Amino acid sequence: MAVSRIFGAAVKRREDPRLITGRAVYTDDVKLPNLAYVAFVRSPHAHARIVRIDASRARSAPGVIAVVTGRDLAGKVGNIPTAWLIPNADLKTPAHPPLAIDTVRHVGDAVAAVVAESRAAAADAVALVEVEYQVLPAVVDQEKATQPGAPQLHPDVPNNIAFRWRVTGGDIEAAFRSAEVTVRQRLRNQRLIPTAMETRQVVAEYNPATGELVVTMTSQNPHIHRNILSGILGVPEHRLRVIAPEVGGGFGSKIHCYPEEAVVSYLAMTLGRPMKWSEDRRENYAATIHGRDHIVDLELAAKRDGTILGLRGRCYANLGAYLSTAAPGIPTILHGLMMTGCYDIPALDYEVVGVLTNTTPVDAYRGAGRPEATYAIERMVDILAAELGMDPAEIRRRNFIPPSRFPATVASGLTYDSGNYAATLDRALQIVDYQKFRAEQAEARRQGRLLGIGLSTYVEICGLGPSAVAGAVGFQGGLWESAVVRVHPSGKATVFTGTSPHGQGEETTFAQIVAEELGIPLDDVEVVHGDTARIPMGWGTYGSRTTAVGGTAMTLAARKVKEKARMIAAHLLEVSPEDIVFENGRFAVKGVPERSKTFQEIALAANLAWNLPKGMEPGLEEAAFFDPSNFVYPFGAHVAIVEIDPGTGAVKLLRYVAVDDCGRVINPKIVDGQVHGGVAQGVAQALWEAAVYDENGQLVTGSLMDYAIPTATVLPMIETDRTETPSPVNPLGLKGVGETGTIAATPAVVNAVVDALSHRGVRHLDMPLTPEKIWRVLSSTT
Amino acid sequence: MSHVSVTVNGKTYEHDVEPRLLLVHYLRDVLGLTGTHIGCDTSQCGACTVLIDGQSVKSCTVFAVQANGANITTIEGLARDGELHPVQEGFWEEHGLQCGFCTPGMIISAVQLLQRNPNPTEAEIRHALEGNLCRCTGYHNIVKAVQYAARKMQSGAAPASAR
Repeated sequence: MAVSRIFGAAVKRREDPRLITGRAVYTDDVKLPNLAYVAFVRSPHAHARIVRIDASRARSAPGVIAVVTGRDLAGKVGNIPTAWLIPNADLKTPAHPPLAIDTVRHVGDAVAAVVAESRAAAADAVALVEVEYQVLPAVVDQEKATQPGAPQLHPDVPNNIAFRWRVTGGDIEAAFRSAEVTVRQRLRNQRLIPTAMETRQVVAEYNPATGELVVTMTSQNPHIHRNILSGILGVPEHRLRVIAPEVGGGFGSKIHCYPEEAVVSYLAMTLGRPMKWSEDRRENYAATIHGRDHIVDLELAAKRDGTILGLRGRCYANLGAYLSTAAPGIPTILHGLMMTGCYDIPALDYEVVGVLTNTTPVDAYRGAGRPEATYAIERMVDILAAELGMDPAEIRRRNFIPPSRFPATVASGLTYDSGNYAATLDRALQIVDYQKFRAEQAEARRQGRLLGIGLSTYVEICGLGPSAVAGAVGFQGGLWESAVVRVHPSGKATVFTGTSPHGQGEETTFAQIVAEELGIPLDDVEVVHGDTARIPMGWGTYGSRTTAVGGTAMTLAARKVKEKARMIAAHLLEVSPEDIVFENGRFAVKGVPERSKTFQEIALAANLAWNLPKGMEPGLEEAAFFDPSNFVYPFGAHVAIVEIDPGTGAVKLLRYVAVDDCGRVINPKIVDGQVHGGVAQGVAQALWEAAVYDENGQLVTGSLMDYAIPTATVLPMIETDRTETPSPVNPLGLKGVGETGTIAATPAVVNAVVDALSHRGVRHLDMPLTPEKIWRVLSSTT
Repeated sequence: MSHVSVTVNGKTYEHDVEPRLLLVHYLRDVLGLTGTHIGCDTSQCGACTVLIDGQSVKSCTVFAVQANGANITTIEGLARDGELHPVQEGFWEEHGLQCGFCTPGMIISAVQLLQRNPNPTEAEIRHALEGNLCRCTGYHNIVKAVQYAARKMQSGAAPASAR
């Protein structure tokens, strides 16, 4: 392959050979000598006082090594912290002990840990731990939880309100005063369960002689986990190693710090044996974070010609029983600031009330606040179009931020980096042949068929992010990224990234970046990630930051290597560095191509150091730390076409077209794959998925039998296309694409279903749009 | 304890196991064949799918002792002499996996499908894989991977079936 074609080429993933042959090592595949197994005793109640725990039968059961309760850990294992402390929001962060001490606050809250010689013995003994509970009233609805008389979860969080946060911009009063039309709607963005196919897993090993704790775990961000675990356990950071081996998907759920990893580590330290805990799927559904769960009331002010003047409203965000690691930042910074979407809406007033309830904690799930924002504005724009009798494509065009406005500062204060929104919409409508579809739809209606088309034009904030902004919004970490490029004497390179990909394919794309920069074969680059002992400080993989931030750091490190190599080449060729050109992996004297050195020759010369420029350090290894000046803002237009079975109410997704702009593309195969998977999760929210609690706080959808993630039979092929608007924020023009599909797809599908029913007087339906829900609508309308 | 004798990927093993030991735990914990994964506890996800006497079976639904005398193929046994099975090749060529966790079971189910139906339609592929859940790919490239393997196996350029 020609060197200049590596960047942008659809090369096959280098991750795959180990994954398709069963040779990858996930955490649960790790086995250590003398390994003991941990299982957790969990609350069956949503809210209860722990009266008594009797573990005597469990302790004497065969194979049981120990049982510990919350009281045993008090003062020894720290509380689980919240790490996104949003300012100006009267934020309350109630205590979250690693095991419940007096009170359990959601079904699945852990109250004790059992250690045994085998996984089965641990599971058996869990059933023998007797916990006497005094059941307390529970509240699962976030609005009800704020009302007088509602059950109180934490003594230091009055009315269960963890924060009140507000964003304002422009003159909202004037916008509504001058409005010729207003529309308002309540939208429920239901709770979802991330459902990475690999549940959480941990193996902890402690060496008392060296004081080193090694925690192998399902992590999207090993350094963040190291930092938090260090604080909880009192093990200094330089003696705490966190390894994320192969990780089977995360979708946000493996960002956070949970109690179990800390407890398992503590048990390894105190019992003198390596410990393993393998979360089962039911535990995963009750004890690993959920996502979304907003109740939003919104109002749009507009002119009769469709020009939107202002958006105001309030969101009740359900945060679950405790404030998870990033929970406060998700419905505020990553949601509230994006409420005006890709539209030029001059005035915004939006309040978010963060509420604690007797449910599993809610935190970042793929898209993390941005799907909720996109859903809200994309539904509202369609509702406004319906009110005005305008075409949904036309009302969007009328309100898009025009290309000439970029970088565009919006009402929330964010500055979008680059964009051309109409271009993606035009392309998507062209692919589906919009006018033709409208004619078909009219004909179908005459035949009693229910066809609908839905648009979603989205913009999202990702590439997290400038560290100074992270600090200003209370994120308890930096958001820069690191890279090291280490060139061996043979000219082959091992590169290290502080990001921690777990399915997104950056072992391949980062190798493409480095091979392109250094003019060496792709196979000569090895990418290392996910081990705090091997890689420099970094912040991990989430918020579609890996390529835009980590890939940029990698580019900058490779460029430093190239610059040093050029100096060495000039020295060896006895010319000045300005007279060296680098092409096809060779450093040549300008105009004298036969006088040249290969990259490999330079690598050897640098590592031997027999003859280097005066004063130059030997070796060929460079690090780069990249802190972006802004976020990046991918955008696009998605179109869904659905048909509803008038007899059953079942929605069939006939076509799905995604036109995305994620800046420059390194590997189109991987980008398409990210879009496919993201769209599937977004479609799933629209049509099938919902985490349902009953009024007592029981998770009714507590297993994969009851929670409907899509199977192969319910999805169509996804049609993808792209425009390419480079980001000015980084030298390669990169944006992110890991979450775009999930952010865009949900409103596209809901808009399509509402469109299919619009002639029956339907203006809005809350998700998921199950056959039963639509059948009831069909039965009550004509 | 109960005695179990099974042939896995061409090699015969004998063990005394607890009667309640699931086949998936036997493969992973006793034989150390960790390519077969566990993604749920209700037999929905299919990550643990293996071939038992040529039939694709979720190995979490079978006790190890029930497999006594059986011939089992796991993901580790699919490639022959270092050469990928056409289905494995299809998954690589068509980017049919991301995190890879569902992939072993998905590949085994696809192998079974193509044994029964060498030239499946898109709908038949989707139907055959309904018992295997993937959260990463939206199934788009998995369908293409199976189509790739079907073409390759039809052309006779590759082994026709798994051991």
